[in-house]
Amino acid sequence: MNLQIKQEDHENTHHLHIGGEIDAYTAPQLREALLPLTGKEGHETLVHLSDVNYMDSTGLGVFVGALKSSKEHGSSLKLTGMTSRVQRLFEITGLDEVIDIEDVKGGSK
Amino acid sequence: MDDRDLQYQKYKAILENYLEEQSEQTLYKGQQFSRKMIEQKISPEEAVSLHVSVLEELFPDIPEQLKNSYDFLLEMMIGYGFAYREHQSLRSRQQQLESEIEIAANMQQTLLAGDKPEVPNLDIGAISKPAQKMSGDYYHFVQDENDCVSVAIADVIGKGIPAALCMSMIKYTMDSAPEQRMQPGAVLENLNRVVEQNVDPNMFITMFYGLYDPRVHSFYYAGAGHEPGFFYDAEKDEFEELFTRGLVLGVSKKTSYQEYQRVLNGNDMVIMLSDGVTECRSTNGFIERDEIVALIRKYIHLSAQEIVEEVYRELERLQEFELRDDFTLVILRREV
Repeated sequence: MNLQIKQEDHENTHHLHIGGEIDAYTAPQLREALLPLTGKEGHETLVHLSDVNYMDSTGLGVFVGALKSSKEHGSSLKLTGMTSRVQRLFEITGLDEVIDIEDVKGGSK
Repeated sequence: MDDRDLQYQKYKAILENYLEEQSEQTLYKGQQFSRKMIEQKISPEEAVSLHVSVLEELFPDIPEQLKNSYDFLLEMMIGYGFAYREHQSLRSRQQQLESEIEIAANMQQTLLAGDKPEVPNLDIGAISKPAQKMSGDYYHFVQDENDCVSVAIADVIGKGIPAALCMSMIKYTMDSAPEQRMQPGAVLENLNRVVEQNVDPNMFITMFYGLYDPRVHSFYYAGAGHEPGFFYDAEKDEFEELFTRGLVLGVSKKTSYQEYQRVLNGNDMVIMLSDGVTECRSTNGFIERDEIVALIRKYIHLSAQEIVEEVYRELERLQEFELRDDFTLVILRREV
């Protein structure tokens, strides 16, 4: 299965719309799109995950890497719109406590 | 006559034969001849050059233009020759790498070979199957002089060699702090510090660590972002989730891990697994956690080792014998 990535930029805010499956094969593609954005000081990156129907731990690894990069470079990273299956992964791993995740109902956790 | 002459004569004979009558048999001879040339590492441009010289001998009067066109063809083939030689050298490198991986996989087997301990009144079952040659899953038992058994089950994200190397690091860290064994929370905190310093930013490890003390029939445990296991209450005949709260290892330096406790009555079970078990996909979609519970229930009358083996066999069948992720399942059952 493929991964689709659509990027929209509004000045210092970047929107990444992700669709498809994030696994060991597609994770490098996501990393290449995400890391240049989190590496920019003061920039904000929003990752929209509502069209992601599968993600494995390699996908989580990409977000862990992006989180570390955003802390290091003073940028911000927010994930939004994840399905319950994907959300469960973030909850089990405890990553929902360290990564900024916007609830489907709106408002950050 | 040297090899080259011999080759020339042979090729000439076959070609003459073919020009006389275009038979399948001669074509077949040609195929066999080309196979031999490949074995002898004859490059494509050398093969064309052989053809041209035979042709020039057979037809001394071929038009100049045609002759020139062969020179042109020869030039074209040189590129193919390069590609061919590159392919050859990659192939031999690949063979070398494969044999190195084979050795590493064997080493991993030896390093991580976790013997199941023999503990009075505790029935233990454990199975771990790698999806590829090297596993990113890991389980490890330690038994102390009081018959306390600690069990660690971990999953390194990513697969293959990097994950396997990471596993070895975990094992040695755990072996180097035996005095901590009784405190699951402290074990994970210590490991987290080591992993955080040593791991590639995109990598992390999930781990479940538990300790069973048969003197008080208690299971103490803590989890670092690991797929929750199950607790089977024999009296109620119910499975519950063995929930733990805790961040995966390797993400944040200062992380603490909460410790939990369960008392095991007769025939109660603790079930630990890796996410390869619940992340596996059959042709009909994902295997749900309920289905794992149903499978365990189906074989609950068997010994712990038989249960894990039967569950694995059924899941393997559901996935059409193609494991996408490493698979690990461990069961502890207090015997009456």
